[in-house]
Amino acid sequence: MSSALDVFSAAAIGAGVFFFFAGTVALLRFPDSLTRLHALTKADNIGLGFVVLGLLPRVDSPLDALRLIAIWFLVQVSGASTAQMIGTALRRKEAAE
Amino acid sequence: MSVLQALDLGLAILILAVACTTIATREIFGAVVNYVAYGLLLSIVWIRLYAPDVALTEAAIGCGVTGVMLVTAGAHLRRPVHARDAEPSSLPVRFLAAVLAVLAAAAIAAVVLLLPEPPPSLALEARQSLAATGLGNPITAVLISFRSFDTLLEKVVLLLAVVAVWSVGPDRQWGSAPESLGKPRPDGALIFFEQALVPLGILVGVHIFWVGADEPGGAFQGGAILAAMWMIVMTARQAEPPRIDARWLRLCLVAGPAVFLIAGLAGPGMAGSFFAYPAGFAKPIILFIEAFMLLSIAVTLPMLVAGPPHGNPSE
Repeated sequence: MSSALDVFSAAAIGAGVFFFFAGTVALLRFPDSLTRLHALTKADNIGLGFVVLGLLPRVDSPLDALRLIAIWFLVQVSGASTAQMIGTALRRKEAAE
Repeated sequence: MSVLQALDLGLAILILAVACTTIATREIFGAVVNYVAYGLLLSIVWIRLYAPDVALTEAAIGCGVTGVMLVTAGAHLRRPVHARDAEPSSLPVRFLAAVLAVLAAAAIAAVVLLLPEPPPSLALEARQSLAATGLGNPITAVLISFRSFDTLLEKVVLLLAVVAVWSVGPDRQWGSAPESLGKPRPDGALIFFEQALVPLGILVGVHIFWVGADEPGGAFQGGAILAAMWMIVMTARQAEPPRIDARWLRLCLVAGPAVFLIAGLAGPGMAGSFFAYPAGFAKPIILFIEAFMLLSIAVTLPMLVAGPPHGNPSE
């Protein structure tokens, strides 16, 4: 049972790391700000989501699991909001030009 | 080399690189963003040094509040200031600055490298005396009990900083409110962010204050989070900065240091010496003091960011 959970953890965290890696590569390689934002959201939402998912079976108490999920939720909220704000600022800048 | 050692080494290199980028960046906003990243990396270092209390403070104050302050200050400068616009300093001045910087760095390096082995530490004594306070977190015990006078003076310094910021404003505006923090018409996304985050943030701030008695956390870290929530509310224009002559504001600002000082002055009567807490009651008294500190810090930091009064005092 525990080894199955270990495999699950390793697979999920590995998937999370992959999304972070892909997001970082895209952040460095994509041509303009909007596509780079798009890349970042993948790392933030799915990457961190997989890492949290992989850590969930390893927590000591349900409260710790709740904390991990709360962290994921907060990062989602802040990531989505700042991406919107940066996007709006970009459009305003383009309209001004 | 183990994995953790490799990570530590990578972290150290990354911090040096970000520090160099921060200094080299000529544009203010970019430099502040780098500085905030530098602070976040530094708080990871504190975690690696097993000092979660310091890590929390570094993340909240060192990069959070200071970052907001620097961004606001940068935005207040009339035109974008580039360091290269400034007159380059003369060669002797630059040489002197370089010598001073090298001397300071060498002094710090010497102190760290020449520490006796094992380094002198009061950690063991602090931990042994912990039971007398009824607390579980030795950091909180040091801050509010063993070295309470230092902590009191730190809070007074924060209060003086607010007075100093207010004093920068012109006399005719004394008593009015500081300038609004955000743009006149904030982004919808910002308002959503404020509404989603602030209730949770207040909960987290109070939680960190409350667990501070026994686990990493405390009034300063919790207060900084509450302060951040108030700043977000003001930036999203859901509330305006208060008039600086508001009675409630003044009371909140002095509540922490005042309650702390009163508890200290009551020490000779209750327990025999200045800042001594009676045996058995230490923990409730410490939590009582910390609750007022939380309030004061949560109000002080946003007022530092909001700046001097800016408006018509008779409105």
